[in-house]
Amino acid sequence: MDGWVSNMANMISGASSPLYHSRRRKNVITMLLAYFATGFGLIWLGLILGVLFYQGFSGLSLRVFTEMTPPPGASGGLLNPIMGSLVMTFLAVLIGTPLGILAGTYLAEYGRFEKLSTIVRFINDILLSAPSIVIGLFVYEIMVATMGHFSGWAGAVALSVIVIPVVVRTTEDMLTLVPDTLREAAASIGLPRSLMIRKVAYRAARAGMITGVLLAIARISGETAPLLFTALNNQFWSSNMNAPVASLPVVIFQFALSPYKDWQELAWTGALIITLAVLTLSIVARFLGAQSKKS
Amino acid sequence: MNSSGDRPVVDVAFQSSAAVSVAEKVDRAKVLQKLRLGDTIFRHVTRLAAITVLVILSGIIGSLIYGSIPALEKFGFNFLITESWNPVTEQFGAMSPIYGTIMTSLIAMLIAVPVGLFIALFLTELCPMWLRRPIGIAIELLAGIPSIIYGIWGLFVFAPFLQQHVQPFLISAFGDIPVLSTLFAGPPYGIGVLTAGLILAIMVLPFITSISRDVFEAVPPVLKEAAYGLGCTTWEVARYVVLPFTRVGVIGGVMLALGRALGETMAVTFVIGNAHRISGSIMAPGTTISATIANEFTEAVGDIYTSSLITLGLILFVITFIVLAFARLMLMRLNGRLGQ
Repeated sequence: MDGWVSNMANMISGASSPLYHSRRRKNVITMLLAYFATGFGLIWLGLILGVLFYQGFSGLSLRVFTEMTPPPGASGGLLNPIMGSLVMTFLAVLIGTPLGILAGTYLAEYGRFEKLSTIVRFINDILLSAPSIVIGLFVYEIMVATMGHFSGWAGAVALSVIVIPVVVRTTEDMLTLVPDTLREAAASIGLPRSLMIRKVAYRAARAGMITGVLLAIARISGETAPLLFTALNNQFWSSNMNAPVASLPVVIFQFALSPYKDWQELAWTGALIITLAVLTLSIVARFLGAQSKKS
Repeated sequence: MNSSGDRPVVDVAFQSSAAVSVAEKVDRAKVLQKLRLGDTIFRHVTRLAAITVLVILSGIIGSLIYGSIPALEKFGFNFLITESWNPVTEQFGAMSPIYGTIMTSLIAMLIAVPVGLFIALFLTELCPMWLRRPIGIAIELLAGIPSIIYGIWGLFVFAPFLQQHVQPFLISAFGDIPVLSTLFAGPPYGIGVLTAGLILAIMVLPFITSISRDVFEAVPPVLKEAAYGLGCTTWEVARYVVLPFTRVGVIGGVMLALGRALGETMAVTFVIGNAHRISGSIMAPGTTISATIANEFTEAVGDIYTSSLITLGLILFVITFIVLAFARLMLMRLNGRLGQ
């Protein structure tokens, strides 16, 4: 009788059945795997940033920001690629942001439920993750090949093609978050639709839209592939956007693969500068994004 | 009466009260007219901008096709199945770059998919609340690091490490096992298909993690609680409730990551070795489509050479387009279902 009772209790609690043990074991193993996976994922961030700071900081000095790229064996800085990157990024944002915001406006405001919008949304999402080297080829074909020479303009256009989908996406998302009651309130006092969008919807979505632009800048400041055969590279200072222009990522690419020690060191320093810029931008963007969600 | 786009403008008092306060009918009509015109213009400008997105895509496809005509005329379909890549004799084939692209992405996905899913599981089920945000942000920072950083790190740190510590071990460990011995045949170069695949795995890990975390979080708590209530373990809930429920989203995320891996250029270019041959060993140097273009495009002389590289770009774009389109369709299906 006693045995039966304890058997029953075991069956209910299942504490000693082989099935219970195997299920428990499986659970413990997989949960350990989950911990390991997370550690595995985080280790890389630490390793990459660690090496980058270690290698990059030793070469970081004022000279990096004031001198031109050196010939092999000489000392120098990264002034011309830094300027080139800044100018091309600025131009790319100048071209890409208005277009992106307008397209995002159409998707969220005028054509939210139209067929055209569904197609544009789909294509935009694909462009968002399209290989950037293909964008480089595209701009090479339409600008470099037709104009007959590499140029900073071509580089800026290539980067702007990457900016547009990012801005379209965030603008649409942020405008969709604006409550319709705001729009209706604006319409009820007789505001024309275009004014409603510009004075009410944009204002409500502003923080989010700025986040989008910052994310786009973060995205293009490290892009190398689209610049390789549009802006090419330039050993010297050039303010002529119609000629090849040096950019930080391309110089890193060239210097890192070179056999010269000085060049490799500069490449590490450049890599550190880019990473710091990108991480700062994405942290600011995240902060802004969190704020816009709160309000 | 009017379509939703051009509703008649009702009043402009809000806009410029000074002009209308006089209430002269003519002025009022003029202002209204102007506003209506502005409205129409703005509407059409935004529409035009939206269409620009489509123009860019067709521009990419069109220019790639146009650029690849010379190569396609010369090689035809054989371009796809020829292995040789010889700039001197101008004989080009896409076989080895395609093989390298698929192989590196395959290695990347084999590692990143399980690891990414387990991290997402950790973040949604196991991780204490206060730690979720920091870890989530850290994983996303990993996604924000530019690919050239992965490249320079891979070349100077990761590849030497693999060469000295991991690859000799792999060669000796799998040396006697039939299939694996060819797959891991030496010598340990450090750079090669395996290294590129591993770096790609690190790069796409954040994409898989953040999308699967998002879809895991979208599982209704009631479903999970019901399973827990039946006495399921955490693993059983994840395996038999969460994963089936989120399958579409997870597949979408994986395809999105695959699209990234296929098209990734700089990180791979640094560590793949740029060798145009198909080797049985995944430790041997190889090349991918994107690495070939990045390495050779500026040095390419002659129409056929350039055109062959553009054809490679076209092939890459078509492959990634299909993969990404599939990914988006999956994610759209998911959103449709969650919206119900």
